[in-house]
Amino acid sequence: MQGDFISNLPKIYGLYTGGFLIFVLLMAVLEQNGVSADTIGILFVSFTIIIYATIGWLSRTMQVDAYYVAGRQVPPVFNGMATAADWMSGASFVAMAGGIYMGGHGYLAFVVGWTGGYVLVAVLMAPYLRKFGCYTVPDFIGTRYGGNFARLLAVLVLVVASFTYVTAQINATGTIAARALQIPFEMGVWFGLVGILLCAMLGGMRAVTWTQVAQYIVLIIAYLVPVFWMSNKQNFGMIPQFSYGDAVARIGELEAALRLGALEAVNAPADFPGLKALSVAHASAGDAWKFVTLAACMMLGTASLPHILMRYFTTRSVRSARNSVAWSLFFIFLLYFTAPALATFTKLQILDPNLATSIIGKSLQDVMALDWVQKWHDVKMLAIVDANGDGIVQLNEFFMRADIVVLATPEIAGLPYVISGLVAAGGMAAAMSTADGLLLAIANALSHDLYYKIIDPKAETRKRLIVARVLLIVIGALGAFVASMKLTGILGAVAWAFCFAMSGLFFPLVLGVWWKRANRAGAIAGMAVGLGVGSWYLYQVKFVGMAPWFELDHLRFGIVGATASLVAMVVVTLMTKAPDAETQAMVDEIRIPKGETVLGASH
Amino acid sequence: MSDIQQQREAHWRKTRSLMIIHLSIWFIFSFVVHWFANNLNSISFLDFPLGYYMAAQGSLFAFVIQLFVFVKQQDNIDREFGMAEEDDK
Repeated sequence: MQGDFISNLPKIYGLYTGGFLIFVLLMAVLEQNGVSADTIGILFVSFTIIIYATIGWLSRTMQVDAYYVAGRQVPPVFNGMATAADWMSGASFVAMAGGIYMGGHGYLAFVVGWTGGYVLVAVLMAPYLRKFGCYTVPDFIGTRYGGNFARLLAVLVLVVASFTYVTAQINATGTIAARALQIPFEMGVWFGLVGILLCAMLGGMRAVTWTQVAQYIVLIIAYLVPVFWMSNKQNFGMIPQFSYGDAVARIGELEAALRLGALEAVNAPADFPGLKALSVAHASAGDAWKFVTLAACMMLGTASLPHILMRYFTTRSVRSARNSVAWSLFFIFLLYFTAPALATFTKLQILDPNLATSIIGKSLQDVMALDWVQKWHDVKMLAIVDANGDGIVQLNEFFMRADIVVLATPEIAGLPYVISGLVAAGGMAAAMSTADGLLLAIANALSHDLYYKIIDPKAETRKRLIVARVLLIVIGALGAFVASMKLTGILGAVAWAFCFAMSGLFFPLVLGVWWKRANRAGAIAGMAVGLGVGSWYLYQVKFVGMAPWFELDHLRFGIVGATASLVAMVVVTLMTKAPDAETQAMVDEIRIPKGETVLGASH
Repeated sequence: MSDIQQQREAHWRKTRSLMIIHLSIWFIFSFVVHWFANNLNSISFLDFPLGYYMAAQGSLFAFVIQLFVFVKQQDNIDREFGMAEEDDK
């Protein structure tokens, strides 16, 4: 039966995609027939969540290797899709284009960093970890270096990094659920959590894998359709990604004409938090040092984040793990190379007086009467302040939250509401799939590495899997609780997660494969010093007000942490004695694809 | 025994060179190109300022193509030294 399922995957997901498109068309028909926008939003979000939950239910399992690594039989292309969904979070889907809209060229460091990291994953990590045969990332650290203390430290880094990240994702699911279902944010958070748990709890990695593939399909359709539609409707070109060079140049002219940066700064209304006016030129490169350091953090973080690395434990072979990384990057690339096009065209539509959609330079009264302006103004995510009292909207008087660019673009371009509903479903899919992966990474590390390997190695399968699920619920609830307190913005928390992961795990993982001499004491020093120094630096820069070293601000603290980790690991390793022959043979074994995995199929 | 050992060592040498080549390409497209973004922006490419284009698309294309080539090359190395797994069905 399982074999059947795997070989039928293209057919199953083909049907699913067709079904989803029919659902979108059905919604369009309903809209034409006068069904309200709110109802369509509710239908979109609830229909997709029910589908994911059904997949989660169908994938339930009581087998250890199905629960932890999806039975190690996921084909490379499908694992690529699942990884792409796992990877592209609410931040990528909702905030990235908005970030480029506000930050211009400098913000593209995230785009470069979040794609280039996969080169490191493919070349340095994934195939070797797959050959190792571990269930979790701390499983590799614990076995390669030996000893419970190393394992425990790896669990600690994993929990710190992934938990920082997961609260941001639960926050995003809450925001979207709250808006689409018209419930308060705090309720939206718990609702989102229930959806996430339904996907992950019964089937562990197996369920998460197959829901993530389904979520990728929804999110990529939801991202690309509006951009293509808008581009064709506004005559920006058939394939927007290849035709926005002119738009970039035109924005440059407009920025000069509208006196970007030359106007006096106006304050956004105080009761509208997080709003910004455009102040950075779209295509000026800015500070090269800031660009490369941010890109470096995102890349090394990518290669250290356990919820990504563990996706490559689910493939059938080392070769397909490698292959799968390339496919992951391809599927991620589809969204990331569209985001700058989306940001550029949206900006053009707002700035260019030759376009009917433009705002800047129009009369205040006309602009305030626009549907989408009103709607986002009502939820305090957009504001206009007529500072000079001339009744005309200037560049420095128009404020919005970067996050709303993706959600508002269909409305700005005058697309039907069904597209907005689709975008909400896509954002939900993006945030849910990442939250799933993260929660599972944390719960699996605690249940496998902490509970089974350290506390109770004699636990029977049934008990292990029940513990794993209880932990999943507890951590999910904790995440939802923290998210409901709204401590950080989505993007700040995401960048921190990358920095924590690279501070503690990057070098212990890489050197574990590439430097045979690396030993337990060195790895322990690498993890402890990396995480310790990284956290200390973050605290000093962000909360105490220490002057940053080399302009490395709180988004880039991973560079300080990882450097400390590397130095500590190399120095301590060289001061202590080389690992024993058995460990060295183990390293030799993971360097070749052929042969048995180092850890048994079920361990 | 020593024969297999030699094969393994040769396999790892080649694997390591491939790693260094690909990380060099990665380094260029990740950092070097963007370090000179301001200079590149004065060049126009497909109507884009080149520096902007590299950050928005150029480097991304390079990474994707690079990875598919890497997969092929590493597989060839594994096969050359008899270190590859049996083929999937």
